[in-house]
Amino acid sequence: MLRFVVRRLLLVVPILIGLSLLIFLWIRALPGSPAQALLGERATPAAIAQIRHQYGLDRPLYVQYWNYVDKTVHGELGTSIVSRRPVTTELRERFPATVELTLAAMLFAISLGIPLGFLAAKKYGTVFDHGSLVVSLVGVSTPIFFLALLLKYVFSVKFGWLPSVGRQDVLLDTPHPTSFYVLDGIVTGRWTSAWDAVKHLILPAVALGSIPLAIIARITRAAVLDVQNEDYVRTARAKGMGPWTVDARHVFRNAMLPVSTIIGLQTGLLLSGAVLTETVFALPGMGSWLANAIFNRDYPVIQGGILFTALVFVLVNLLVDISYGIINPRIRVS
Amino acid sequence: MRKLLKVGAAIAALSVVVAASALAAADKRSASDTLVFGAASDPVILDGPLVSDGESLRVIDQIFEGLVGLKPGTTVIEPKLAVSWKASPNGLIWIFNLRKNVKFQDGTPFNAAAVCANFDRWYSFPGPLQTDAVTYYWNTVFGGFKKPAQGSPGPDKSLYRGCKASGQSTAKIILNRRSSSFLGALALTNFGIASPTALKKYQADAGSVDADGVFHPTGTFGTQHPIGTGPFMLKSWKVGDRLELTANPNYWGPKPKLKRIIFRAISDNSARLQALQTGEIQGYDLVAPQDIATIKGSSKLKVLDRPAFNVGYVGLNQSIPPMNNILVRRAVAYGLDRNAVVKSFYSGRGEVADQFLPPLVVGFAKSGVPQYKYDPEKAKALLRQAGLTLPVKVDFWYPTNVSRPYMPDPKRNFEAFAASLAKAGFQVVPHSAPWRPDYLGATQSGKAQMFLLGWTGDFGDPANFLNVHFGAESGLFGFKNPALFDLLARADAETNPAARIGLYQKASVEVMKFLPMVPYVHSKPALAFQKNVQGYVPSPVSLESFATVSYSR
Repeated sequence: MLRFVVRRLLLVVPILIGLSLLIFLWIRALPGSPAQALLGERATPAAIAQIRHQYGLDRPLYVQYWNYVDKTVHGELGTSIVSRRPVTTELRERFPATVELTLAAMLFAISLGIPLGFLAAKKYGTVFDHGSLVVSLVGVSTPIFFLALLLKYVFSVKFGWLPSVGRQDVLLDTPHPTSFYVLDGIVTGRWTSAWDAVKHLILPAVALGSIPLAIIARITRAAVLDVQNEDYVRTARAKGMGPWTVDARHVFRNAMLPVSTIIGLQTGLLLSGAVLTETVFALPGMGSWLANAIFNRDYPVIQGGILFTALVFVLVNLLVDISYGIINPRIRVS
Repeated sequence: MRKLLKVGAAIAALSVVVAASALAAADKRSASDTLVFGAASDPVILDGPLVSDGESLRVIDQIFEGLVGLKPGTTVIEPKLAVSWKASPNGLIWIFNLRKNVKFQDGTPFNAAAVCANFDRWYSFPGPLQTDAVTYYWNTVFGGFKKPAQGSPGPDKSLYRGCKASGQSTAKIILNRRSSSFLGALALTNFGIASPTALKKYQADAGSVDADGVFHPTGTFGTQHPIGTGPFMLKSWKVGDRLELTANPNYWGPKPKLKRIIFRAISDNSARLQALQTGEIQGYDLVAPQDIATIKGSSKLKVLDRPAFNVGYVGLNQSIPPMNNILVRRAVAYGLDRNAVVKSFYSGRGEVADQFLPPLVVGFAKSGVPQYKYDPEKAKALLRQAGLTLPVKVDFWYPTNVSRPYMPDPKRNFEAFAASLAKAGFQVVPHSAPWRPDYLGATQSGKAQMFLLGWTGDFGDPANFLNVHFGAESGLFGFKNPALFDLLARADAETNPAARIGLYQKASVEVMKFLPMVPYVHSKPALAFQKNVQGYVPSPVSLESFATVSYSR
């Protein structure tokens, strides 16, 4: 198991090198320069040249790339051209918001998706099964921003039950030692604060979690249907094991294998792709940060942000693989 | 495994309970002494001379004050930290009599030495800060640094020569040449006076230059301790979350009515509108035109108009023939149905422009401006007179993915103009590009023959409109007109207000005869507020003091 983990970790290095080169070349292939983006209507050719020089953009590409790699290796991701703050600082502020949102969305998706898929399989062919299919189809095919706007319209604007923007009520003056707002509230014993942060997470989490929910439900259903007909399940039944015990001990456990893969993949995707949800709910996370950076041609932020996201994605997948081994010992051996 | 199932069920049940009780606990807010304002983004840094973006300036404007300010809602200069001023007969020495008994927010006294310390700081900015991206307004107004870095203008090019404090309350600012736009520029938030003690203590100019030559500020002046004389002080700023100001208890002027203002960044337009509807914010700027009807339709919300202080125009680049021919440019002017565009696409929020300056700015010509009423036949005649065969092909550019105050929907403007030009003997070849950097890059480098663009004034002075655009050769318009350049230079150097206005009126007329572009609209941008927010006076230059604002529930 240890060897497996180490091997997977080593694989991360070439992935990141390749990716860094791709990102580097890709953003430089975009039309327009950060200088133009920064100066807007007031740009003059002289001012643009001056900024290009200041940011080293007039140097040969390989020199720029080498500088970038050299700095990155030393843990320095550069300075945002727009905000003039270190990329690592912004990353530290942005990442917790996205993690919190992703976890909330996945919690929503898993806690509803697995039971839904399991029940659909158990009630195969019934109205409930067909109903769940419809629900998950709608879930998968509704654009996130549409769902987000709809949820906000109904629950915030119309009824005023839930807040529509941000991570916390700004009138609540609470400290944030960890920058995970729900956790902060619990750690500092401020229950109102934690509760308020939870309220701010509900709508974005539902919007963001709708697609994973549908996918998880479908995969669970398919997996349970598959496993139900396996020999060992039949054997267990034949031994006279009760239906609940069979389900819990054999069906559910084995069906969870593909589901855990999907959960891992989806978590990775959400961590990197919450752009629309974060924008619509004004959550200061990674998604909206990167989207703005691309819009502004903020090279250091794009480079650092994507590289970091890729690293997280790879690590999450590694965790999934490890969890495989825990759920199913057979994989550990091979 | 049964345990796992139970845990799963418990989590599911918990989330249902959580959701249900959230719905039950309707969020009621009070605190009428706090105003929450929705900003489009976080400020960059709270240090006036180092920024040029609206969101930074909005906050800086509450904390710092300049020698002069603008009368609320106008571009008329009024006393602020200086109670009176006068220029020497040669226009090179400006003497400012300062307000007495004013203290900075850190308790240190405001005086003439503090004024000079600020000017000298700006003049002495180190190399990495000398770019337009950082010190745009110093570059534009004073242009020139004490120790110029590569590419920056030096002391010989600077308008600024020095500052002398005589006594506690008289500051003399010495210029290298006459400039009358100087006073108007001093009203810019960028030139607010900061506490010299705080600048030093919190190391406003300290920082390191990284491998790429980028300056990292390491001091905390602009992020945690911006100290001015204004009605509000910074309490806390957590980027991406909230920026909180509190009332300055020792303010020299009328005390602010609000105890605190919280700015929160909401970049998405519809998110700002919804936050206003839910009461999570009490006001926001840059209202999207399509949202105005919704806001007006609500009994709890209201729309405030910002006075028109911008111009939308169709640019004509004379370096690409046949735009170098005045007959063709006049044909364009007659061929653009400006009335129809303004009537159809500005929902009553725009007036048709017939000169570059908005009516609010001194120098606006009240008579003698050539009129170009939509007249397709006349346009065709002019094109024939220029010896061209109809239809005349023109490359007409418009930007995508953008909405500007002077052009809420560029594509629709373009389409209407293209249609009216087609009737006037032109064959329009459309070109489009994303606003920035692509579109701005293409127009500014002189690639676009005809294009949609505009300008919003930074301060209430005609130089900021006319000199900026037509005072020198530029890629945008591609012309060289020494007579016009000279006229604008003379106008800027004139310190006699009446004579100066006369020169600018003349220049305004000349520009319309020469037609480097065809102006078509001055629009009124909108702000939205809760109805119970009172005392907010929209400023043409987008800088409003929150000191007069109150919020009653």
